[in-house]
Amino acid sequence: MLLEVKNIDVFYGSIRALKGVSFSVEKGEIVSIIGANGAGKSTTLRAISGILRATSGSIIYDGHDITHTPPHLIARMGISQVPEGRGIFGNLTVQENLDVALSSVKDKKTAGPNQDKVFSLFPRLKERRHQISGTLSGGEQQMLAVGRGLMQNNPFMLLDEPSMGLSPVLVEEIFGIILEINRLGKTILLVEQNAFKALSIAHRGYVLETGSLVLSGTARELRDNPDVKKAYLGG
Amino acid sequence: MGQFLQQLINGIQIGSIYALIALGYTMVYGIVRLINFAHADIFMVGAYMGFFLAPVMARVFGGAFIPTIIAAMLITGLLGFIMEKLAYRPLRYKSRLSALITALGVSLFLENFCALPFVFTPAFRKFPDLIVARNIPIPGNLGLNISNVLLLDVGVSVILMVLLFWFVNKTLIGKQMRAVAFDKPTASLMGINIDVVISTAFIVGPALAGAGGILYGTTYGMLASPFLGIWPGLKAFIAAVLGGIGNIPGAVLGAYIMGISEAFATSVNSNLGYGIAFAILIGILLVRPSGLLGKFMPEKV
Repeated sequence: MLLEVKNIDVFYGSIRALKGVSFSVEKGEIVSIIGANGAGKSTTLRAISGILRATSGSIIYDGHDITHTPPHLIARMGISQVPEGRGIFGNLTVQENLDVALSSVKDKKTAGPNQDKVFSLFPRLKERRHQISGTLSGGEQQMLAVGRGLMQNNPFMLLDEPSMGLSPVLVEEIFGIILEINRLGKTILLVEQNAFKALSIAHRGYVLETGSLVLSGTARELRDNPDVKKAYLGG
Repeated sequence: MGQFLQQLINGIQIGSIYALIALGYTMVYGIVRLINFAHADIFMVGAYMGFFLAPVMARVFGGAFIPTIIAAMLITGLLGFIMEKLAYRPLRYKSRLSALITALGVSLFLENFCALPFVFTPAFRKFPDLIVARNIPIPGNLGLNISNVLLLDVGVSVILMVLLFWFVNKTLIGKQMRAVAFDKPTASLMGINIDVVISTAFIVGPALAGAGGILYGTTYGMLASPFLGIWPGLKAFIAAVLGGIGNIPGAVLGAYIMGISEAFATSVNSNLGYGIAFAILIGILLVRPSGLLGKFMPEKV
């Protein structure tokens, strides 16, 4: 088991955003959490990466309890998060965005070959490497956000709504790249409102409703589930 | 013509000192969104370090200027580091107003503590001659008065500013600083230790102010009292706001505008020099509330 989330609660002020959420991710999987806006999907990822704190329960990554570990150390332990809304540093150039991602990398010698890999996945970023990233298009920013996550060269990636705000063509492209990254050996936890796309590439999935996991299963089981179809797949 | 050039040159000289102070205000604000009012007093401590250390440095190293300015920068950098750790870090996630009031408190503490009889005392001090002041003859008959102190002020400031630009733009920690200024949670996801970055800003900014203190002492030849930081600090703060607080080139631009307008205003009437700072501030804020190079940033919810 690469990641085990056990019965976590997360609060925003007095609002209980996650209520005893438990799930797990195996090495090499793509696991998807689907659910409506406000169900707690991003909250779940932020609790894992350490930006939010679980007030009860525990999060175990690769045998280490990371429930109370600060986010910069979690990034150094092997988890990369591509945040919702891309979260690129708009005041930095494309290249500088990739450079700061190396803050979590101990062996800086791997940076060069790794950057070549990122540029071969996203040739667009190479063309634009000296551009201020705030001036990139939405699709390019999403590629930069994923590319920046890959620069960290971590085995486990948390992707928060990678399809948000993208055109259908770009959505196809970004999901193709997620599959490619998974094939290169990375484990992926994917949070998506686009349930159809998410379940089409995931191995397993969970359904989150107002802070609680209500369903789980293989991606096929969830796709065929009448409730899931009705609520998330447009009938 | 000669008079005009002379005031311009005087303005660039004083603007250079303001720039060194303004950079610290803007760097700290850019990263923690705090106006560090005690920054003016760090500048003062830097100037006093010159007073106390110069004789020692002269004895140990022969020459006084370079070792004194380096020592003053190290001490003020350390002071900034300690200040952040003790006074501001515990309030990091509290209301911003608490940190602002604390900054005022730290400022008053430093001023009054340094004025105690067993610290710097409130007495007037003659600043030691770190270099022998000399006029540099200028060919032509414009009647320009340019001293080696002026060249030193401008030269040292420019060197330090170039080093700062290199540091912020080219080194990993510099890029980390800009990333943290833009978005702290995402910066921490990159593996950036936010505490280290904030401490760095609180070392580098005060070190520059310390260098400014040495130049100030060398230029004016005297230290009035441990309250001497208030006015230069205020003007440098206004310069930072003028240029767009949080913006590093903006602070430099603002400082030179401030220094030059002050020089011209003072040449008309010596009291006008103080008023002009606020007049410029009000004028700019009416037209561009975010400052000359600042970007309007709506508060994130």
